[in-house]
Amino acid sequence: MNSKSRLQIPRPTARPGEKPDFSYLDLSPAGSIDKPPIDARTRDIEHLSGGLVRVLDEDHSAKGAWNPNFDANQLQVGLRWMLLNRVFDERMWQIQRQGRISFYMQATGEEAVSIAQGMALRPGDMCFPSYRNQGLFMYRGVKLVDMMCQCLSNTRDMCQGRQLPIMYHTKTGNVFSVSGNLGTQYPHAVGWAMASAIKGEDHIAASWVGDGTTAEADFHHALTFAAVYQAPVILNVVNNQWAISTFQGTAAGQRRAFAARGLGLGIPGIRVDGNDFLAVYSASLWAADRARRGGGPTLIELVTYRGGPHSTSDDPSKYRPKDEWLSFPLGDPIERLKQHMIAEGHWSDARHESLVDELRTEVTAAWKEAQKHGTMTEGPWLDPATMFDDVFAEAPRNLDSQRRRMLEVERGE
Amino acid sequence: MAQMNMIEAIRSAHDVMMDRDSSVVVLGEDVGYFGGVFRCTDGLQRKYGEHRVIDAPISEGGIIGAAIGMGVNGLRPVAEIQFADYIYPGFDQIVSELARLRYRSSGDFFSPVTIRTPCGGGIRGGQTHSQSPEGIFTHVTGIKTVMPSNPYDAKGLLIAAIESDDPVVFFEPKRIYNGPFDGDPEKPAVSWGSHPKGEVPEGYYTVPLGQAEIARAGEELTIITYGTLVHVAIAAAEATGVDCEVVDVRTLSPLDVATLADSVKKTGRCLIAHEATRFSGYGAELAATIQKECFYQLEAPISRVAGWDTPYPHAFEWQYFPGLKRMSAGIRRVMEAE
Repeated sequence: MNSKSRLQIPRPTARPGEKPDFSYLDLSPAGSIDKPPIDARTRDIEHLSGGLVRVLDEDHSAKGAWNPNFDANQLQVGLRWMLLNRVFDERMWQIQRQGRISFYMQATGEEAVSIAQGMALRPGDMCFPSYRNQGLFMYRGVKLVDMMCQCLSNTRDMCQGRQLPIMYHTKTGNVFSVSGNLGTQYPHAVGWAMASAIKGEDHIAASWVGDGTTAEADFHHALTFAAVYQAPVILNVVNNQWAISTFQGTAAGQRRAFAARGLGLGIPGIRVDGNDFLAVYSASLWAADRARRGGGPTLIELVTYRGGPHSTSDDPSKYRPKDEWLSFPLGDPIERLKQHMIAEGHWSDARHESLVDELRTEVTAAWKEAQKHGTMTEGPWLDPATMFDDVFAEAPRNLDSQRRRMLEVERGE
Repeated sequence: MAQMNMIEAIRSAHDVMMDRDSSVVVLGEDVGYFGGVFRCTDGLQRKYGEHRVIDAPISEGGIIGAAIGMGVNGLRPVAEIQFADYIYPGFDQIVSELARLRYRSSGDFFSPVTIRTPCGGGIRGGQTHSQSPEGIFTHVTGIKTVMPSNPYDAKGLLIAAIESDDPVVFFEPKRIYNGPFDGDPEKPAVSWGSHPKGEVPEGYYTVPLGQAEIARAGEELTIITYGTLVHVAIAAAEATGVDCEVVDVRTLSPLDVATLADSVKKTGRCLIAHEATRFSGYGAELAATIQKECFYQLEAPISRVAGWDTPYPHAFEWQYFPGLKRMSAGIRRVMEAE
């Protein structure tokens, strides 16, 4: 029966043991894509969804209309936060492998997304992140020790032990609570942005999903609402090629770029080199300005590569070539920005190494501090009675009586 | 005091709250220019403008998802889902997001969304316009579930729901929008015009969430029910001559256990009635609760009258619906048990 099937099953270009092949990626040379005015009509800028906005060239220079012309300080800020994201991830991964936290997810290879976009947004803009946007939380002021305490579910955990590691949130930093359900945050971002417009404020919202999540209904609900009401929102698709073991072709990424998903609704799409810090910043600022001035939503596809496993529970050697990342034509965002800064005379290998050392020390100090608030094996411990808090604004009687009963059982009564 | 039907009472609740609180917005399919397929939002867009009474795309998941985001940004959204039968595309947003947002963020984020949706049968609506899915929602902690049985409660409970910082799913039994229904489809329709609960203040008042009400006082048997079946239960008490106490649950979750249990302790007999299917239905939770609270006062097994465990059958509505005959049989069953 299988031999007769005419069904098309998408396949990645390489599986374990095979030579990585990224020939399917459409690339554009740095500086080759024009930068339209922010009030351009969607129909006039449809080509942005098919090209690839790039600023950093092979020779490490910055080229073209999308170059934000950062000074040395801005470049160093970007590099520092991307590096911190990576150093933090490396340490937390190791900590999970030692059995000291239950779970972790790295953003390895995707750090430009959170950091460059974090820098392009204003503090009053609201972010609705996915689970790989830890860089946003860092950039928006969540202390490393607080992120670690969340991963430890200890007495300083912002979620009071209620969430899996990495599901951070910050009310003061305007980053929404991470959900484990994929894509649910997309319509929230649109609703938040609609409210901002209704109130006459100029804050915008931004949200992030992966390539795989574009297949979820919430993705399409969000795009429809964003288009209908011209909500001031940036909708990002982080195309890191892999949704656990499912390659982006299974979300129809082989058919047409994810950036083009909104065109049928009149939402402009920009396909961006997600590992090009300058391009990501510039495209995001363009979309933010457009939204802020009443131009409505923009869909940004950030083409990148998931450098590590999906999570600590994943083993990518089972489904993709081990060395695939090394062949990824868009490289590593940190390395590319570093080489650009060196080429510009703002940076050196020695300064880079010393910055990495400094950040590692910072992360180590934070981990030391975090453990003081409790670990998986040693106290202090969260009070289990708190698990009944915040289900409702005020606990109804059934929760109060269950809290009492739980404590009685714990006391052996 | 004005005489209102349930539609007018619900509309008045919106009007009162939109007037008092500029953060209250309404969204849903056909709610704006047209005023809703059941007219519950009629005139609101003309009065409060199209930025506060928003016609939405046919996308229940989008309506609820967007409402959550609006709530996080300081608005107080009232989302209408045109029929409860259509709420399922938004179910993940309700269960995984709306119900748990406060909990998972330790109270840092919450979204005070009220979801209104017409439910229930008796209107020749077939399986896509007659469902009573309240038990699916009462099983979800973090949301409050409400179903009024009359215009006065509908307005007071809806205002309380809109004011609540917790999310509320507000079920409106559409069979009684225009008048109470005693479960006998052969009788002429009755209006709310002469019903005491059709007297509704025009201004602001609340009926607190979480409080049941004795709809008919009695001594021999307690019928615990809500929505349309409150009226069926009262009619069945008269028809059977059994002195039933009818308890209108009103807020299904959180449940007012004390009012229910006090009544059953007094009568010693308990019948539970709902339109929704029986198996794993909300009545099972009521039965378990009453059994625990009133075991030593019970003189007969707790019994249930509910929709049969089939999809809602269009042509056999009156065999399916727990009307006067089935309710009366249920009363006799509990009275005859030793």
